[in-house]
Amino acid sequence: MNWLFEPGLFANQSVRTALLVGAVVAVVSGVVGIFTVLRGQSFAGHALTDVAMAGGAGAFLAGVAPLVGFVGGGVVGAGAMDVIGVQRVKGRDIATGVVLGAATGLAALFLYLSATQSAATGTTQLILFGSIFTVQSSTLPAVVALSAVVLATLAIIGRPLLLSSLNLELASARGVRLRAIGFVFMVILAVSVGLSAIIIGSILSTALLIGPPASALKLVTRFGAGVVLAVVLGVLATLLGIVLAYDSYYWTSSHRALPVSFFVVVVVVVEFTLASLVQRRRRSKAPVPARAAVHGDPIGWH
Amino acid sequence: MALAHMDVAGSELLRVEKVDVSIDGREILNDVNFRIDHGEFTGLIGANGSGKTTLFRVILGLQTPQRGEVTVHGEPLQRSNRSLGYVPQKVLFDPDMPIRARDLVALGIDGNRYGLTRRTRANHLAVDEMLFAVDAQEFADRKVGGLSGGEQQRVLIAHALVSRPELLLLDEPLANLDPGSVAEIIALLHKVATQQHVAIFLSAHEMNPLLPVMDRVVYVANGRVASGTTDEVVRPDVLSALYGHHVDVLRVHGRVLVVAGQDSDESSSVADHPELVVE
Repeated sequence: MNWLFEPGLFANQSVRTALLVGAVVAVVSGVVGIFTVLRGQSFAGHALTDVAMAGGAGAFLAGVAPLVGFVGGGVVGAGAMDVIGVQRVKGRDIATGVVLGAATGLAALFLYLSATQSAATGTTQLILFGSIFTVQSSTLPAVVALSAVVLATLAIIGRPLLLSSLNLELASARGVRLRAIGFVFMVILAVSVGLSAIIIGSILSTALLIGPPASALKLVTRFGAGVVLAVVLGVLATLLGIVLAYDSYYWTSSHRALPVSFFVVVVVVVEFTLASLVQRRRRSKAPVPARAAVHGDPIGWH
Repeated sequence: MALAHMDVAGSELLRVEKVDVSIDGREILNDVNFRIDHGEFTGLIGANGSGKTTLFRVILGLQTPQRGEVTVHGEPLQRSNRSLGYVPQKVLFDPDMPIRARDLVALGIDGNRYGLTRRTRANHLAVDEMLFAVDAQEFADRKVGGLSGGEQQRVLIAHALVSRPELLLLDEPLANLDPGSVAEIIALLHKVATQQHVAIFLSAHEMNPLLPVMDRVVYVANGRVASGTTDEVVRPDVLSALYGHHVDVLRVHGRVLVVAGQDSDESSSVADHPELVVE
């Protein structure tokens, strides 16, 4: 296994922290991501990453830990989107787009200011594309605590959230409070996106949020299996991305390590491609369903 | 579980009284009155856009009327009333949605509950029983999104019935189904209504497939309703008063054709009954 795990990999404190934080965050991202994909809120998820970016950049400027900015920014963004009307189907894209635009503009300002005012290099790179190897091990408790809160909240609202993701009318007829549930989920989404921002950066959080769940959904018939597979694929992509980035230091004679985010996204894309191929293979192998002959469906239900 | 009291055929289950609804300043329903009795099969008949869905939303407590009242067992309506089951119109599940038919039925029991409570053996049995009642065991373990329209409709009926409501509301469950599936769903509803002692209130723009099973009809036009047995309501004088102009009712081989088409009324029922024009 020496080809994969370069010597000294696990002896390195920042690598160990990175692997641990990465695994925790990938679990949260996978679970939250499944609901995001089922609810068709990928765009909202992406807008929240941009708000997280503004928050992260602002935190850097103010000298606060990036995680505070990422998560805080996202939560404020979720609130703003709710106020503008993300809950209404009609207003959804507009609310998302407005918040996304405002946040990106703010991020541009913060990043410019920090680039011109501080001597620190690479701020933009860190905020946008992450820098997991610079995460302090003291951040770990905060990451674990936030993750626990997100997962516990999802465990509580899981069933009504799932039913409302299937069909709003069915859920409201059962007495599910759509607005409250929708808002709580947006906040959860914001926290999750803020957490993954510290690994692969704010604007790439969407990749980790959407990629593994989308791959998982191509392969499963049961919701629980989808959650488990999304988590496994997300953790795999994150850990493999970190290891490959570490290894890349030794690949060239110039000894320049390539970014973790790049490798995470590569693994996510490979997973998605493989899942799509498996799904296509299964579909072409599946016999023509007997129901087509029995009941007929000339109108074309799909 | 269903309220056991008053479950006697012929006694009042639901009453809609003097209900007016306007949405965004547009009048949808005007002075709507009717009742539904225990165990009855009632059709809500009207053209597309005549306010059938709005009426269902009022009954479900999702739309507050400007005036009037809906009572269940003589009590004012409450939101998420367990006496009511609902099958919305045009429910389409994505083929990738990782929900099997049996999962959807199970969500009919606990889809509104918070927390990760384990599903009890009694719940699993209730789900199996309901899948059997709608003749859906064959595809119980397949994803709902991959089922045909008629099959999805049966699973939705099981989802709505598994909490043992006394009244099942179905919004245009026959639209978009081929004639074979239409007959199947109607026969199924009739059977289930009898076996589970549940009243059915079903909306449709085409009443002929329902004639053999309907105990009563609530006919909507121009935001107003006429209700009673088919013979009481589907008559030229009653429907003419409802539409506000002369309407003919033709009976051909046990089928009914409402010719409401006037120059002034584009909601011609002829357009809604294409197969009758052909015959």
